[in-house]
Amino acid sequence: MADATTESPDGSPELRFSFANRRTLVDRSLTVLAIGLAAFALFPLFSVLYMLIVRGGHLLSPSLLTELTPGAGMEGGGIGNAALGTLIVVVVASLFSLPLGILAAIYLAEYAGESQLGTIVRFAGKVLTGMPSILAGVFAYAAIVVTTKSFSAFAGGVAMAILMVPTIMLTGEQALRAVPEKMRLAALGMGASRMETTLRVVLPTALPGILTGVMLALARAMGETAPLLFTALFSDYWFDGKLGAPIASLSVLIYNFSGSPFAHLSELAWAASLVLVALVLVLNVAAQVIIRRPKEF
Amino acid sequence: MNMEIPMSAPDAAKAPALTRAASAVERGPLVMDCRIQRIYYGQFLAVRDADVPIAKNQITAFIGPSGCGKSTVLRCLNRMNDFVPGFRLEGSVQFRGQDIYAPGVDPVAVRRSIGMVFQQPNPFATTIYNNVAFGLKLNRFKGDYAERIEQALRGAALWDEVKDKLQTSGLALSGGQQQRLCIARAIAVEPDLLLMDEPCSALDPIATRRIEELMLELKQRYTIAIVTHNLQQAQRVADRTAFLFVDTTAGSRTGYLIEYRPTEELFNDPRAEQTKAYIRGEFS
Repeated sequence: MADATTESPDGSPELRFSFANRRTLVDRSLTVLAIGLAAFALFPLFSVLYMLIVRGGHLLSPSLLTELTPGAGMEGGGIGNAALGTLIVVVVASLFSLPLGILAAIYLAEYAGESQLGTIVRFAGKVLTGMPSILAGVFAYAAIVVTTKSFSAFAGGVAMAILMVPTIMLTGEQALRAVPEKMRLAALGMGASRMETTLRVVLPTALPGILTGVMLALARAMGETAPLLFTALFSDYWFDGKLGAPIASLSVLIYNFSGSPFAHLSELAWAASLVLVALVLVLNVAAQVIIRRPKEF
Repeated sequence: MNMEIPMSAPDAAKAPALTRAASAVERGPLVMDCRIQRIYYGQFLAVRDADVPIAKNQITAFIGPSGCGKSTVLRCLNRMNDFVPGFRLEGSVQFRGQDIYAPGVDPVAVRRSIGMVFQQPNPFATTIYNNVAFGLKLNRFKGDYAERIEQALRGAALWDEVKDKLQTSGLALSGGQQQRLCIARAIAVEPDLLLMDEPCSALDPIATRRIEELMLELKQRYTIAIVTHNLQQAQRVADRTAFLFVDTTAGSRTGYLIEYRPTEELFNDPRAEQTKAYIRGEFS
Protein backbone atom coordinates (compact mmCIF):
# COMPACT_ATOMS: atom_id res chain seq x y z
CA MET A 1 0.00 0.00 0.00
CA ALA A 2 1.34 3.38 -0.96
CA ASP A 3 -0.75 5.23 1.63
CA ALA A 4 1.75 6.62 4.16
CA THR A 5 -0.66 6.37 7.07
CA THR A 6 -1.07 2.65 6.69
CA GLU A 7 2.59 1.71 6.31
CA SER A 8 5.23 1.31 8.99
CA PRO A 9 8.84 2.47 8.39
CA ASP A 10 10.17 -0.91 7.36
CA GLY A 11 7.69 -1.11 4.51
CA SER A 12 5.42 -3.80 5.92
CA PRO A 13 1.72 -2.88 6.09
CA GLU A 14 0.53 -1.38 9.37
CA LEU A 15 -2.14 -3.69 10.73
CA ARG A 16 -2.42 -2.53 14.33
CA PHE A 17 -5.37 -0.46 15.47
CA SER A 18 -4.49 3.16 16.22
CA PHE A 19 -6.30 6.44 16.73
CA ALA A 20 -3.35 8.10 15.04
CA ASN A 21 -4.81 6.90 11.79
CA ARG A 22 -6.97 9.73 10.48
CA ARG A 23 -9.54 7.38 9.01
CA THR A 24 -10.02 5.61 12.33
CA LEU A 25 -10.32 8.91 14.15
CA VAL A 26 -12.99 10.27 11.81
CA ASP A 27 -14.84 6.96 11.87
CA ARG A 28 -15.00 6.83 15.65
CA SER A 29 -15.88 10.51 16.09
CA LEU A 30 -18.77 10.28 13.67
CA THR A 31 -20.06 7.18 15.44
CA VAL A 32 -20.00 8.98 18.78
CA LEU A 33 -21.67 12.02 17.22
CA ALA A 34 -24.42 9.87 15.74
CA ILE A 35 -25.10 8.14 19.06
CA GLY A 36 -25.18 11.49 20.83
CA LEU A 37 -27.65 12.99 18.37
CA ALA A 38 -29.86 9.92 18.55
CA ALA A 39 -29.98 10.25 22.33
CA PHE A 40 -30.73 13.95 21.96
CA ALA A 41 -33.63 13.15 19.61
CA LEU A 42 -35.08 10.76 22.19
CA PHE A 43 -34.74 13.32 24.96
CA PRO A 44 -38.11 15.10 24.33
CA LEU A 45 -39.96 11.78 24.22
CA PHE A 46 -38.54 10.59 27.49
CA SER A 47 -38.90 13.93 29.21
CA VAL A 48 -42.58 14.01 28.23
CA LEU A 49 -43.04 10.47 29.50
CA TYR A 50 -41.24 11.40 32.71
CA MET A 51 -43.46 14.41 33.29
CA LEU A 52 -46.60 12.41 32.58
CA ILE A 53 -45.62 9.73 35.06
CA VAL A 54 -44.60 12.23 37.74
CA ARG A 55 -47.68 14.43 37.39
CA GLY A 56 -50.32 11.87 36.41
CA GLY A 57 -48.93 8.59 37.70
CA HIS A 58 -50.17 8.94 41.25
CA LEU A 59 -53.78 9.10 40.03
CA LEU A 60 -53.53 5.76 38.25
CA SER A 61 -55.98 3.37 39.85
CA PRO A 62 -58.85 1.18 38.72
CA SER A 63 -61.33 3.92 39.65
CA LEU A 64 -59.61 6.34 37.25
CA LEU A 65 -60.90 4.23 34.38
CA THR A 66 -64.27 3.31 35.87
CA GLU A 67 -65.56 6.64 37.17
CA LEU A 68 -67.12 9.64 35.48
CA THR A 69 -65.38 12.96 35.13
CA PRO A 70 -66.08 15.13 38.18
CA GLY A 71 -67.77 18.50 37.91
CA ALA A 72 -65.89 21.74 38.44
CA GLY A 73 -64.56 22.06 41.97
CA MET A 74 -65.41 18.48 42.92
CA GLU A 75 -62.93 15.88 44.12
CA GLY A 76 -62.60 12.22 43.11
CA GLY A 77 -64.01 10.86 39.90
CA GLY A 78 -62.06 9.56 36.92
CA ILE A 79 -61.78 9.66 33.18
CA GLY A 80 -63.70 6.47 32.39
CA ASN A 81 -66.25 8.09 30.09
CA ALA A 82 -63.48 9.84 28.13
CA ALA A 83 -61.39 6.67 27.69
CA LEU A 84 -64.46 4.75 26.53
CA GLY A 85 -65.46 7.67 24.30
CA THR A 86 -62.07 7.70 22.60
CA LEU A 87 -62.40 4.00 21.90
CA ILE A 88 -65.93 4.42 20.52
CA VAL A 89 -64.96 7.30 18.24
CA VAL A 90 -61.99 5.26 17.01
CA VAL A 91 -64.24 2.28 16.31
CA VAL A 92 -66.67 4.49 14.35
CA ALA A 93 -63.73 6.00 12.46
CA SER A 94 -62.39 2.51 11.69
CA LEU A 95 -65.76 1.34 10.38
CA PHE A 96 -65.51 4.06 7.73
CA SER A 97 -61.79 4.26 7.10
CA LEU A 98 -60.81 0.59 7.03
CA PRO A 99 -63.04 -0.58 4.18
CA LEU A 100 -62.56 2.68 2.30
CA GLY A 101 -58.80 2.82 2.77
CA ILE A 102 -58.13 -0.85 2.06
CA LEU A 103 -60.39 -0.97 -1.00
CA ALA A 104 -58.74 2.19 -2.32
CA ALA A 105 -55.34 0.59 -1.70
CA ILE A 106 -56.43 -2.49 -3.66
CA TYR A 107 -57.58 -0.28 -6.50
CA LEU A 108 -54.30 1.63 -6.57
CA ALA A 109 -52.04 -1.40 -6.31
CA GLU A 110 -53.92 -3.99 -8.37
CA TYR A 111 -56.06 -2.15 -10.87
CA ALA A 112 -55.02 1.48 -11.36
CA GLY A 113 -51.48 0.93 -12.59
CA GLU A 114 -50.22 4.18 -14.07
CA SER A 115 -53.69 5.29 -15.12
CA GLN A 116 -54.69 8.92 -14.75
CA LEU A 117 -57.32 8.22 -12.11
CA GLY A 118 -54.79 6.23 -10.09
CA THR A 119 -52.25 9.04 -10.28
CA ILE A 120 -54.83 11.59 -9.17
CA VAL A 121 -56.04 9.45 -6.25
CA ARG A 122 -52.46 8.80 -5.14
CA PHE A 123 -51.61 12.50 -5.31
CA ALA A 124 -54.77 13.44 -3.40
CA GLY A 125 -53.86 10.86 -0.75
CA LYS A 126 -50.40 12.36 -0.31
CA VAL A 127 -51.85 15.85 0.00
CA LEU A 128 -54.44 14.66 2.53
CA THR A 129 -51.84 12.99 4.78
CA GLY A 130 -50.30 16.41 5.28
CA MET A 131 -53.62 18.17 5.80
CA PRO A 132 -53.96 20.03 9.15
CA SER A 133 -56.26 17.91 11.30
CA ILE A 134 -58.40 20.89 12.23
CA LEU A 135 -59.61 21.03 8.62
CA ALA A 136 -61.02 17.51 8.97
CA GLY A 137 -62.91 18.74 12.03
CA VAL A 138 -64.22 21.82 10.25
CA PHE A 139 -65.29 19.70 7.30
CA ALA A 140 -67.18 17.22 9.51
CA TYR A 141 -68.69 20.16 11.39
CA ALA A 142 -70.05 21.67 8.19
CA ALA A 143 -71.11 18.38 6.65
CA ILE A 144 -72.63 16.62 9.65
CA VAL A 145 -72.93 18.79 12.76
CA VAL A 146 -74.60 21.65 10.88
CA THR A 147 -76.91 19.44 8.85
CA THR A 148 -77.97 17.21 11.78
CA LYS A 149 -78.00 20.22 14.13
CA SER A 150 -76.14 18.23 16.77
CA PHE A 151 -72.60 17.55 17.91
CA SER A 152 -72.14 13.81 17.86
CA ALA A 153 -69.85 10.83 18.27
CA PHE A 154 -70.72 9.99 14.69
CA ALA A 155 -69.41 13.33 13.41
CA GLY A 156 -66.25 12.82 15.49
CA GLY A 157 -65.76 9.41 13.94
CA VAL A 158 -66.16 10.80 10.43
CA ALA A 159 -63.64 13.58 11.10
CA MET A 160 -61.17 11.01 12.39
CA ALA A 161 -61.85 8.69 9.45
CA ILE A 162 -60.94 11.52 7.04
CA LEU A 163 -57.55 11.68 8.74
CA MET A 164 -57.08 7.90 8.67
CA VAL A 165 -58.07 7.05 5.10
CA PRO A 166 -55.03 8.52 3.29
CA THR A 167 -52.56 6.79 5.62
CA ILE A 168 -54.32 3.44 5.37
CA MET A 169 -54.61 3.80 1.59
CA LEU A 170 -50.99 4.74 0.89
CA THR A 171 -49.35 2.28 3.30
CA GLY A 172 -51.79 -0.38 2.11
CA GLU A 173 -50.81 0.25 -1.50
CA GLN A 174 -47.12 -0.14 -0.61
CA ALA A 175 -47.84 -3.39 1.23
CA LEU A 176 -49.82 -4.79 -1.72
CA ARG A 177 -47.16 -3.76 -4.22
CA ALA A 178 -44.54 -5.56 -2.15
CA VAL A 179 -46.25 -8.89 -2.91
CA PRO A 180 -44.07 -10.53 -5.59
CA GLU A 181 -45.56 -10.48 -9.09
CA LYS A 182 -44.75 -14.19 -9.46
CA MET A 183 -47.35 -15.01 -6.79
CA ARG A 184 -50.03 -13.20 -8.78
CA LEU A 185 -48.99 -15.09 -11.91
CA ALA A 186 -49.09 -18.37 -10.01
CA ALA A 187 -52.68 -17.71 -8.96
CA LEU A 188 -53.72 -16.48 -12.40
CA GLY A 189 -52.05 -19.53 -13.96
CA MET A 190 -54.13 -21.76 -11.69
CA GLY A 191 -57.25 -20.25 -13.20
CA ALA A 192 -58.01 -17.70 -10.51
CA SER A 193 -59.78 -14.56 -11.66
CA ARG A 194 -58.33 -11.14 -10.85
CA MET A 195 -60.67 -10.88 -7.87
CA GLU A 196 -59.81 -14.35 -6.57
CA THR A 197 -56.12 -13.61 -7.00
CA THR A 198 -56.46 -10.41 -5.01
CA LEU A 199 -58.63 -11.83 -2.24
CA ARG A 200 -57.05 -15.25 -1.84
CA VAL A 201 -53.39 -14.56 -2.51
CA VAL A 202 -52.37 -10.90 -2.61
CA LEU A 203 -54.43 -9.58 0.31
CA PRO A 204 -53.47 -12.33 2.81
CA THR A 205 -49.81 -11.98 1.85
CA ALA A 206 -49.91 -8.20 2.31
CA LEU A 207 -51.98 -8.30 5.50
CA PRO A 208 -49.18 -7.62 8.01
CA GLY A 209 -48.13 -4.53 6.06
CA ILE A 210 -51.71 -3.31 5.74
CA LEU A 211 -52.32 -3.81 9.46
CA THR A 212 -49.22 -1.78 10.25
CA GLY A 213 -50.65 1.13 8.30
CA VAL A 214 -53.97 0.75 10.08
CA MET A 215 -52.28 0.76 13.50
CA LEU A 216 -50.25 3.86 12.68
CA ALA A 217 -53.33 5.66 11.39
CA LEU A 218 -55.27 4.67 14.53
CA ALA A 219 -52.49 5.78 16.83
CA ARG A 220 -52.28 9.15 15.12
CA ALA A 221 -56.05 9.69 15.03
CA MET A 222 -56.46 8.73 18.69
CA GLY A 223 -54.32 11.59 19.86
CA GLU A 224 -55.98 14.24 17.70
CA THR A 225 -57.95 16.94 19.49
CA ALA A 226 -58.80 19.40 16.76
CA PRO A 227 -61.11 17.19 14.71
CA LEU A 228 -63.13 16.32 17.82
CA LEU A 229 -63.51 19.84 19.22
CA PHE A 230 -66.05 20.80 16.57
CA THR A 231 -67.69 17.43 16.21
CA ALA A 232 -67.82 15.09 19.21
CA LEU A 233 -67.56 17.98 21.65
CA PHE A 234 -67.55 16.53 25.18
CA SER A 235 -69.88 14.90 27.65
CA ASP A 236 -69.76 14.39 31.40
CA TYR A 237 -71.82 11.23 31.13
CA TRP A 238 -71.30 7.66 30.01
CA PHE A 239 -71.89 6.75 26.40
CA ASP A 240 -75.57 5.78 26.28
CA GLY A 241 -75.58 3.95 22.98
CA LYS A 242 -76.52 6.98 20.91
CA LEU A 243 -73.95 7.93 18.31
CA GLY A 244 -75.99 11.05 17.56
CA ALA A 245 -75.09 12.65 20.88
CA PRO A 246 -71.89 14.41 22.00
CA ILE A 247 -69.29 12.08 23.50
CA ALA A 248 -66.29 12.49 25.77
CA SER A 249 -62.78 11.75 24.58
CA LEU A 250 -59.36 11.74 26.21
CA SER A 251 -57.89 14.34 23.91
CA VAL A 252 -60.71 16.84 24.41
CA LEU A 253 -60.65 16.11 28.15
CA ILE A 254 -56.99 17.06 28.23
CA TYR A 255 -57.73 20.21 26.25
CA ASN A 256 -60.60 21.21 28.56
CA PHE A 257 -59.14 20.25 31.93
CA SER A 258 -55.56 21.37 31.44
CA GLY A 259 -56.65 24.99 31.36
CA SER A 260 -58.97 24.56 34.33
CA PRO A 261 -58.38 26.68 37.45
CA PHE A 262 -59.23 23.66 39.61
CA ALA A 263 -56.10 21.77 40.58
CA HIS A 264 -57.84 18.40 40.65
CA LEU A 265 -59.09 18.75 37.08
CA SER A 266 -55.66 19.64 35.77
CA GLU A 267 -54.26 16.61 37.60
CA LEU A 268 -56.88 14.47 35.85
CA ALA A 269 -55.67 15.98 32.56
CA TRP A 270 -52.16 14.72 33.36
CA ALA A 271 -53.52 11.27 34.13
CA ALA A 272 -55.58 11.28 30.92
CA SER A 273 -52.45 12.23 28.96
CA LEU A 274 -50.62 9.31 30.48
CA VAL A 275 -53.46 6.92 29.55
CA LEU A 276 -53.62 8.32 26.02
CA VAL A 277 -49.87 8.02 25.49
CA ALA A 278 -50.01 4.48 26.84
CA LEU A 279 -52.79 3.60 24.38
CA VAL A 280 -50.85 5.07 21.46
CA LEU A 281 -47.71 3.31 22.61
CA VAL A 282 -49.52 -0.02 22.80
CA LEU A 283 -50.80 0.43 19.26
CA ASN A 284 -47.35 1.35 17.96
CA VAL A 285 -45.74 -1.60 19.68
CA ALA A 286 -48.44 -3.87 18.27
CA ALA A 287 -47.67 -2.51 14.80
CA GLN A 288 -43.97 -3.19 15.33
CA VAL A 289 -44.69 -6.74 16.44
CA ILE A 290 -46.72 -7.32 13.29
CA ILE A 291 -43.92 -5.97 11.08
CA ARG A 292 -41.26 -8.01 12.80
CA ARG A 293 -43.26 -11.21 12.53
CA PRO A 294 -41.43 -13.60 10.20
CA LYS A 295 -42.69 -13.05 6.67
CA GLU A 296 -43.37 -16.73 6.18
CA PHE A 297 -47.11 -16.52 6.13
CA MET B 1 -29.66 -32.44 -58.97
CA ASN B 2 -28.56 -34.28 -55.89
CA MET B 3 -31.53 -35.00 -53.65
CA GLU B 4 -29.25 -35.57 -50.65
CA ILE B 5 -28.18 -31.97 -50.19
CA PRO B 6 -29.39 -30.45 -46.96
CA MET B 7 -32.56 -28.49 -47.24
CA SER B 8 -32.28 -24.75 -47.37
CA ALA B 9 -33.97 -22.75 -44.67
CA PRO B 10 -37.24 -22.02 -46.46
CA ASP B 11 -37.73 -25.74 -47.15
CA ALA B 12 -36.92 -26.62 -43.59
CA ALA B 13 -39.49 -24.17 -42.37
CA LYS B 14 -42.12 -26.13 -44.23
CA ALA B 15 -40.97 -29.44 -42.84
CA PRO B 16 -43.19 -29.51 -39.77
CA ALA B 17 -46.29 -29.45 -41.93
CA LEU B 18 -45.11 -32.66 -43.55
CA THR B 19 -44.13 -34.42 -40.33
CA ARG B 20 -47.48 -33.50 -38.89
CA ALA B 21 -49.37 -35.55 -41.46
CA ALA B 22 -46.88 -38.39 -41.53
CA SER B 23 -46.82 -39.08 -37.82
CA ALA B 24 -50.41 -38.37 -36.93
CA VAL B 25 -51.09 -42.04 -36.25
CA GLU B 26 -48.05 -42.92 -34.12
CA ARG B 27 -48.65 -39.80 -32.04
CA GLY B 28 -52.03 -40.80 -30.77
CA PRO B 29 -54.80 -38.38 -29.84
CA LEU B 30 -53.98 -34.70 -29.53
CA VAL B 31 -54.59 -32.72 -26.36
CA MET B 32 -53.80 -29.46 -28.03
CA ASP B 33 -53.44 -28.42 -31.61
CA CYS B 34 -51.50 -25.21 -31.69
CA ARG B 35 -51.54 -23.47 -35.07
CA ILE B 36 -49.93 -20.12 -34.54
CA GLN B 37 -49.67 -17.92 -37.61
CA ARG B 38 -48.53 -14.71 -35.95
CA ILE B 39 -48.11 -13.38 -32.41
CA TYR B 40 -47.84 -9.65 -31.99
CA TYR B 41 -46.95 -7.50 -29.03
CA GLY B 42 -48.30 -4.19 -30.27
CA GLN B 43 -46.58 -3.62 -33.63
CA PHE B 44 -43.83 -6.10 -32.84
CA LEU B 45 -44.12 -9.46 -34.57
CA ALA B 46 -42.79 -11.82 -31.90
CA VAL B 47 -43.50 -15.24 -33.42
CA ARG B 48 -44.73 -16.51 -36.77
CA ASP B 49 -45.58 -19.90 -38.24
CA ALA B 50 -45.46 -22.24 -35.28
CA ASP B 51 -47.69 -25.27 -35.68
CA VAL B 52 -47.09 -27.58 -32.75
CA PRO B 53 -49.65 -30.30 -32.10
CA ILE B 54 -49.29 -31.71 -28.58
CA ALA B 55 -50.05 -35.40 -28.14
CA LYS B 56 -51.66 -36.95 -25.11
CA ASN B 57 -49.37 -38.51 -22.46
CA GLN B 58 -46.27 -37.24 -24.15
CA ILE B 59 -43.71 -34.63 -23.25
CA THR B 60 -43.32 -31.95 -25.89
CA ALA B 61 -40.26 -29.73 -25.57
CA PHE B 62 -39.69 -26.29 -27.04
CA ILE B 63 -36.05 -25.45 -27.59
CA GLY B 64 -34.23 -22.66 -29.38
CA PRO B 65 -31.92 -19.72 -28.88
CA SER B 66 -32.77 -16.82 -26.57
CA GLY B 67 -35.48 -14.57 -27.95
CA CYS B 68 -36.87 -17.18 -30.34
CA GLY B 69 -40.27 -16.94 -28.66
CA LYS B 70 -40.47 -20.40 -27.09
CA SER B 71 -41.88 -19.01 -23.84
CA THR B 72 -44.22 -16.77 -25.80
CA VAL B 73 -45.60 -19.81 -27.62
CA LEU B 74 -45.99 -21.76 -24.38
CA ARG B 75 -47.82 -18.87 -22.71
CA CYS B 76 -50.20 -18.76 -25.64
CA LEU B 77 -51.37 -22.24 -24.75
CA ASN B 78 -53.14 -21.16 -21.55
CA ARG B 79 -53.72 -17.53 -22.47
CA MET B 80 -51.17 -16.20 -19.99
CA ASN B 81 -50.13 -13.73 -22.68
CA ASP B 82 -53.47 -12.00 -22.24
CA PHE B 83 -51.80 -10.11 -19.39
CA VAL B 84 -49.18 -8.63 -21.71
CA PRO B 85 -50.41 -5.31 -23.10
CA GLY B 86 -50.71 -5.32 -26.90
CA PHE B 87 -50.69 -9.11 -27.21
CA ARG B 88 -52.49 -10.36 -30.33
CA LEU B 89 -52.63 -13.81 -31.86
CA GLU B 90 -53.40 -14.82 -35.43
CA GLY B 91 -54.15 -18.49 -35.82
CA SER B 92 -55.85 -20.92 -33.53
CA VAL B 93 -55.11 -23.02 -30.48
CA GLN B 94 -57.44 -25.99 -30.34
CA PHE B 95 -57.73 -27.51 -26.90
CA ARG B 96 -59.68 -30.76 -26.91
CA GLY B 97 -61.60 -29.63 -29.94
CA GLN B 98 -62.27 -26.02 -28.90
CA ASP B 99 -60.38 -22.93 -29.99
CA ILE B 100 -59.32 -21.27 -26.75
CA TYR B 101 -59.06 -17.96 -28.59
CA ALA B 102 -62.58 -18.12 -29.99
CA PRO B 103 -64.81 -15.24 -28.97
CA GLY B 104 -66.81 -16.00 -25.85
CA VAL B 105 -64.15 -18.25 -24.36
CA ASP B 106 -63.31 -17.36 -20.75
CA PRO B 107 -59.52 -17.38 -20.30
CA VAL B 108 -60.00 -18.06 -16.58
CA ALA B 109 -61.84 -21.27 -17.44
CA VAL B 110 -59.08 -22.22 -19.90
CA ARG B 111 -56.41 -21.85 -17.23
CA ARG B 112 -58.33 -24.09 -14.84
CA SER B 113 -57.84 -27.07 -17.16
CA ILE B 114 -54.26 -26.23 -18.12
CA GLY B 115 -51.71 -26.12 -15.33
CA MET B 116 -48.57 -24.01 -15.40
CA VAL B 117 -45.22 -24.26 -13.68
CA PHE B 118 -43.04 -21.16 -13.88
CA GLN B 119 -39.33 -20.54 -14.22
CA GLN B 120 -39.02 -19.21 -10.67
CA PRO B 121 -40.62 -21.40 -8.00
CA ASN B 122 -43.57 -19.33 -6.81
CA PRO B 123 -45.38 -20.95 -3.89
CA PHE B 124 -47.91 -18.80 -2.08
CA ALA B 125 -46.94 -17.32 1.28
CA THR B 126 -48.98 -19.86 3.18
CA THR B 127 -48.73 -23.42 4.42
CA ILE B 128 -47.74 -26.34 2.20
CA TYR B 129 -51.25 -27.71 2.70
CA ASN B 130 -52.93 -24.49 1.59
CA ASN B 131 -50.63 -24.19 -1.41
CA VAL B 132 -51.82 -27.53 -2.76
CA ALA B 133 -55.42 -26.90 -1.69
CA PHE B 134 -55.54 -23.60 -3.58
CA GLY B 135 -56.69 -25.00 -6.92
CA LEU B 136 -59.12 -27.38 -5.24
CA LYS B 137 -60.74 -24.49 -3.39
CA LEU B 138 -60.87 -22.45 -6.59
CA ASN B 139 -62.72 -25.30 -8.27
CA ARG B 140 -65.03 -25.69 -5.25
CA PHE B 141 -63.80 -29.26 -4.79
CA LYS B 142 -66.15 -31.09 -2.42
CA GLY B 143 -64.29 -34.33 -1.80
CA ASP B 144 -61.59 -35.35 0.66
CA TYR B 145 -58.96 -32.59 0.69
CA ALA B 146 -56.42 -34.50 2.77
CA GLU B 147 -56.51 -37.40 0.34
CA ARG B 148 -56.18 -35.24 -2.78
CA ILE B 149 -53.37 -33.23 -1.25
CA GLU B 150 -51.44 -36.35 -0.29
CA GLN B 151 -52.01 -37.74 -3.78
CA ALA B 152 -50.73 -34.53 -5.41
CA LEU B 153 -47.68 -34.32 -3.15
CA ARG B 154 -46.89 -37.98 -3.82
CA GLY B 155 -47.32 -37.30 -7.52
CA ALA B 156 -44.80 -34.50 -7.24
CA ALA B 157 -42.37 -36.75 -5.31
CA LEU B 158 -42.53 -34.40 -2.33
CA TRP B 159 -44.75 -36.28 0.10
CA ASP B 160 -42.05 -38.07 2.09
CA GLU B 161 -40.17 -34.83 2.67
CA VAL B 162 -43.13 -32.74 3.83
CA LYS B 163 -45.72 -35.16 5.24
CA ASP B 164 -44.86 -34.16 8.83
CA LYS B 165 -44.88 -30.43 8.19
CA LEU B 166 -47.88 -29.74 5.99
CA GLN B 167 -48.79 -26.79 8.20
CA THR B 168 -45.44 -25.04 7.81
CA SER B 169 -44.76 -22.37 5.23
CA GLY B 170 -44.17 -23.37 1.63
CA LEU B 171 -41.56 -20.61 1.43
CA ALA B 172 -39.41 -22.40 4.03
CA LEU B 173 -38.67 -25.23 1.57
CA SER B 174 -35.55 -25.40 -0.61
CA GLY B 175 -35.75 -24.17 -4.22
CA GLY B 176 -36.12 -27.66 -5.65
CA GLN B 177 -38.76 -28.57 -3.08
CA GLN B 178 -40.60 -25.32 -3.80
CA GLN B 179 -40.69 -26.17 -7.49
CA ARG B 180 -42.05 -29.63 -6.73
CA LEU B 181 -44.62 -27.98 -4.46
CA CYS B 182 -45.64 -25.84 -7.44
CA ILE B 183 -45.95 -28.99 -9.52
CA ALA B 184 -48.08 -30.60 -6.79
CA ARG B 185 -50.24 -27.48 -6.71
CA ALA B 186 -50.71 -27.71 -10.46
CA ILE B 187 -51.48 -31.43 -10.64
CA ALA B 188 -53.84 -31.39 -7.63
CA VAL B 189 -56.61 -30.22 -9.96
CA GLU B 190 -55.69 -32.92 -12.52
CA PRO B 191 -55.11 -30.62 -15.49
CA ASP B 192 -55.43 -31.94 -19.02
CA LEU B 193 -52.17 -30.29 -19.92
CA LEU B 194 -49.24 -29.13 -17.80
CA LEU B 195 -47.13 -26.28 -19.15
CA MET B 196 -43.63 -25.88 -17.75
CA ASP B 197 -41.66 -22.75 -18.57
CA GLU B 198 -37.97 -23.55 -17.94
CA PRO B 199 -38.91 -25.23 -14.65
CA CYS B 200 -35.32 -26.13 -13.77
CA SER B 201 -33.43 -23.01 -14.71
CA ALA B 202 -33.39 -21.74 -11.12
CA LEU B 203 -32.42 -25.13 -9.68
CA ASP B 204 -29.18 -26.97 -9.00
CA PRO B 205 -28.30 -30.11 -10.99
CA ILE B 206 -29.56 -32.56 -8.38
CA ALA B 207 -32.93 -30.83 -8.03
CA THR B 208 -33.07 -30.61 -11.82
CA ARG B 209 -32.58 -34.35 -12.16
CA ARG B 210 -35.38 -35.00 -9.68
CA ILE B 211 -37.78 -32.79 -11.62
CA GLU B 212 -36.83 -34.58 -14.84
CA GLU B 213 -37.49 -37.99 -13.29
CA LEU B 214 -40.76 -36.61 -12.03
CA MET B 215 -41.77 -35.43 -15.49
CA LEU B 216 -41.22 -38.91 -16.89
CA GLU B 217 -43.48 -40.34 -14.18
CA LEU B 218 -46.09 -37.64 -14.64
CA LYS B 219 -46.51 -38.28 -18.33
CA GLN B 220 -48.21 -41.60 -17.54
CA ARG B 221 -51.16 -39.54 -16.32
CA TYR B 222 -50.66 -36.09 -17.73
CA THR B 223 -49.56 -34.35 -20.87
CA ILE B 224 -46.63 -31.99 -20.56
CA ALA B 225 -45.27 -29.17 -22.68
CA ILE B 226 -41.96 -27.78 -21.53
CA VAL B 227 -39.74 -24.90 -22.56
CA THR B 228 -36.08 -25.53 -21.89
CA HIS B 229 -32.79 -23.93 -22.82
CA ASN B 230 -31.07 -27.13 -21.81
CA LEU B 231 -30.65 -29.43 -24.80
CA GLN B 232 -29.70 -32.43 -22.68
CA GLN B 233 -32.88 -31.94 -20.74
CA ALA B 234 -34.97 -32.03 -23.91
CA GLN B 235 -33.13 -35.18 -24.99
CA ARG B 236 -33.63 -36.85 -21.61
CA VAL B 237 -37.33 -36.17 -21.19
CA ALA B 238 -39.06 -35.10 -24.38
CA ASP B 239 -40.88 -37.41 -26.78
CA ARG B 240 -41.13 -34.70 -29.37
CA THR B 241 -39.15 -31.52 -29.70
CA ALA B 242 -39.95 -28.29 -31.47
CA PHE B 243 -36.97 -26.19 -32.50
CA LEU B 244 -37.65 -22.50 -32.86
CA PHE B 245 -35.25 -20.03 -34.36
CA VAL B 246 -35.13 -16.29 -34.54
CA ASP B 247 -35.31 -14.41 -37.80
CA THR B 248 -33.42 -11.13 -37.61
CA THR B 249 -33.41 -10.36 -41.32
CA ALA B 250 -36.04 -7.60 -41.42
CA GLY B 251 -34.32 -5.65 -38.63
CA SER B 252 -36.77 -7.23 -36.23
CA ARG B 253 -36.61 -10.31 -34.04
CA THR B 254 -39.26 -12.79 -34.99
CA GLY B 255 -39.26 -16.36 -33.78
CA TYR B 256 -40.50 -19.16 -36.00
CA LEU B 257 -40.64 -22.93 -35.99
CA ILE B 258 -37.84 -24.67 -37.87
CA GLU B 259 -38.74 -28.28 -37.22
CA TYR B 260 -40.93 -30.29 -34.91
CA ARG B 261 -40.14 -33.98 -34.78
CA PRO B 262 -39.60 -36.90 -32.45
CA THR B 263 -36.74 -35.88 -30.14
CA GLU B 264 -34.37 -38.64 -31.18
CA GLU B 265 -34.80 -37.86 -34.88
CA LEU B 266 -34.37 -34.15 -34.32
CA PHE B 267 -31.11 -34.57 -32.45
CA ASN B 268 -29.66 -37.41 -34.51
CA ASP B 269 -30.76 -36.27 -37.92
CA PRO B 270 -31.52 -32.56 -37.88
CA ARG B 271 -32.86 -31.37 -41.20
CA ALA B 272 -32.27 -27.64 -41.10
CA GLU B 273 -28.86 -25.99 -40.98
CA GLN B 274 -30.01 -23.86 -38.04
CA THR B 275 -30.94 -26.96 -36.05
CA LYS B 276 -27.59 -28.58 -36.80
CA ALA B 277 -25.71 -25.49 -35.71
CA TYR B 278 -27.81 -25.08 -32.58
CA ILE B 279 -27.42 -28.64 -31.33
CA ARG B 280 -23.70 -28.44 -32.05
CA GLY B 281 -23.75 -25.57 -29.58
CA GLU B 282 -22.63 -22.88 -32.00
CA PHE B 283 -24.94 -20.32 -30.44
CA SER B 284 -27.33 -20.08 -27.56
